[in-house]
Amino acid sequence: MNIIALVKQTPDTAQLSAAMDGMRLSAEGGPRIVNPWDEYTLETAIQTREEHGGKVTALCLGPPEAADALKTALAMGVDEAILVSDPVMADSDCLTSARILVAAIRRIGAFDLIVGGRAAIDGNTAATAVQIAALLGVPLVSYVADLKSLDPSARTITAVRLLERARETVTSRLPALITVVKEINEPRYPSLIGIRKAARASIPVWKCEDLGLDASAVGAGASKVAWQAELPPIREANVEMIDGGPEDAARILVDRLIEEKVI
Amino acid sequence: MDFELSEEHKMVEQMVYDFARNEILPTIREHDRNGTFPHDLLPKMAAQGFMGICLPVRYDGAGMDFISLGLLSEGLEWADSSVRETIAVHLGLHALPIFQWGTEEQKKRFLPALATGEHIACFGLTEPGAGSDVAAMTSRARKKGDTYLVSGEKMWITLSDVADRFLVFAKTSQEEGTRGITAFLLERGWDGLTTGTIKGKMGVRASNTGWINMDEVPVPETHRLGEEGEGFKIAMSCLDNARYTVAAGAVGMMKYCLEASVSYARQRKTFGQPIGDHQLVKQLIAQMKQRIDLGELAVRKVGWLKNRGVRNTRETSMAKWYCTESAFATASDAVQVHGAYGYSDEYDVERHLRNSKSAVIYEGTSQIHQLMQADYVFGNRTDRPLRCEMPAFDPDYWQN
Repeated sequence: MNIIALVKQTPDTAQLSAAMDGMRLSAEGGPRIVNPWDEYTLETAIQTREEHGGKVTALCLGPPEAADALKTALAMGVDEAILVSDPVMADSDCLTSARILVAAIRRIGAFDLIVGGRAAIDGNTAATAVQIAALLGVPLVSYVADLKSLDPSARTITAVRLLERARETVTSRLPALITVVKEINEPRYPSLIGIRKAARASIPVWKCEDLGLDASAVGAGASKVAWQAELPPIREANVEMIDGGPEDAARILVDRLIEEKVI
Repeated sequence: MDFELSEEHKMVEQMVYDFARNEILPTIREHDRNGTFPHDLLPKMAAQGFMGICLPVRYDGAGMDFISLGLLSEGLEWADSSVRETIAVHLGLHALPIFQWGTEEQKKRFLPALATGEHIACFGLTEPGAGSDVAAMTSRARKKGDTYLVSGEKMWITLSDVADRFLVFAKTSQEEGTRGITAFLLERGWDGLTTGTIKGKMGVRASNTGWINMDEVPVPETHRLGEEGEGFKIAMSCLDNARYTVAAGAVGMMKYCLEASVSYARQRKTFGQPIGDHQLVKQLIAQMKQRIDLGELAVRKVGWLKNRGVRNTRETSMAKWYCTESAFATASDAVQVHGAYGYSDEYDVERHLRNSKSAVIYEGTSQIHQLMQADYVFGNRTDRPLRCEMPAFDPDYWQN
């Protein structure tokens, strides 16, 4: 089984702060993490390899610091990691990103299964993986909550999709692309032995010329969608403890609620 | 001079803190309240490679260095002292001494099951009437053929009721004081070996602490660690490992206390402003940060010395003394910042304060460490070379 795991590095939305550079990544842009959905991607890919053998290649499109996400992937147990990074690729929209990643997948070569997360938590479009499947001409099975079976010899995969009010069991031929949701598994932590290997790993970086792409075909100029992200307002919550007996406390509470124009 | 953690160390730190946040914090308060040992954590820690983090790969360890052992200890005690204690005892006081003092045959025989967590191990030195005064121990071992018959009682033994393996110390000679002490590796299930748990501890309630009773336990000669009479030196060298994890763990506890205090001081208002704006609260926060920074420096220096294979008894003692006293003060200040709420077990700083008191007592009381430091300064104490020194960390040896 040749498995490709699509991984993105995203801002840590749990630690949003005014210091962040919009929703983009930058050296000053705040803490960055593996897109949480892609932790399930990596676990699915690694479990599939553990069951059926073969190789997992983690593929990431992003700025140079996105290599950190791939180090985490290596520490979790993927076999290889490739970073697609070129300054001219910055601000590519979903479709352009999909085209870049398809060029990288074609360079990797034959594959049996591509795994992605249901979305990335920054853009949250859930579109890129769908577009990759369409551009590659392979079946897409999205929102997979359970991989029921995978038969490498019959070249089929049966998966349960998590829909809004139902679960749908789908059988597809391989190669295919699946996107996974958090119900599918519990991602492992990087192991110490994995960390040792990851820290020493050299991650190849593929640029436009490595992928046979013209600079005019990538980046903001080639994209139909431009982004202007706004951070949610920073919530300022306070806790105020009211001392005293029930009657006094209730009176003070009502006064405070009126003062704050809640009632 | 390089104060920067390597990429590998940063990844270890991140993973350990994630583990502590996701696996320990959600349940540890209940374990502490009920005085129960979190048995379910052991296989998870073993799967991560924690149980043998700095043992060589050839003995099924993870092949990491001593800085990594410090980071692991720090991250675990950020959540709770009891979990760090497991590593301190299992690895620092049992597996590492076998690595340092054991024959190659003993290393091959005992270390893999310890490194993978298949066996959990403890260390029995303290007795009901002999703590800091090790020479006062009354445990005895008499030789009969190629077997020793070991008798005695050990007290305040971490993991005594959980462990499968026991490193215990007993006198093979009554006349020679500390030079009559010998180290033995015992196994659960052997005739005459019983254990129990001590109840009613002030802190570290999620750790198992108890006693070991030995009544003529037959111990084969193959299970003697080191030479006859070498037990005291072995015990003291064990403490160089465990005290390092205690010191590093205390830094982790201080970091938790600071984070909790800063968060609370930002949201709690008195007299119309967050308490973090009051100068005397700022002073408490600044002092916490000062202790963390200085403690971390002391711990990292010890890790660096250990990696280089340099004897570090004095530096480890200093780090342990400073960091545990600092953690006690910091946890107390954290409770103070939290006010009445800090006095409740709804907030973790209360648990950390109770836990912190134990570490200024075990692994050498603060008073013992002060005597040691003074003796070094006056020249009354020097560290003579050991027959078996802990080797310097060599990646080629550790990881191949």
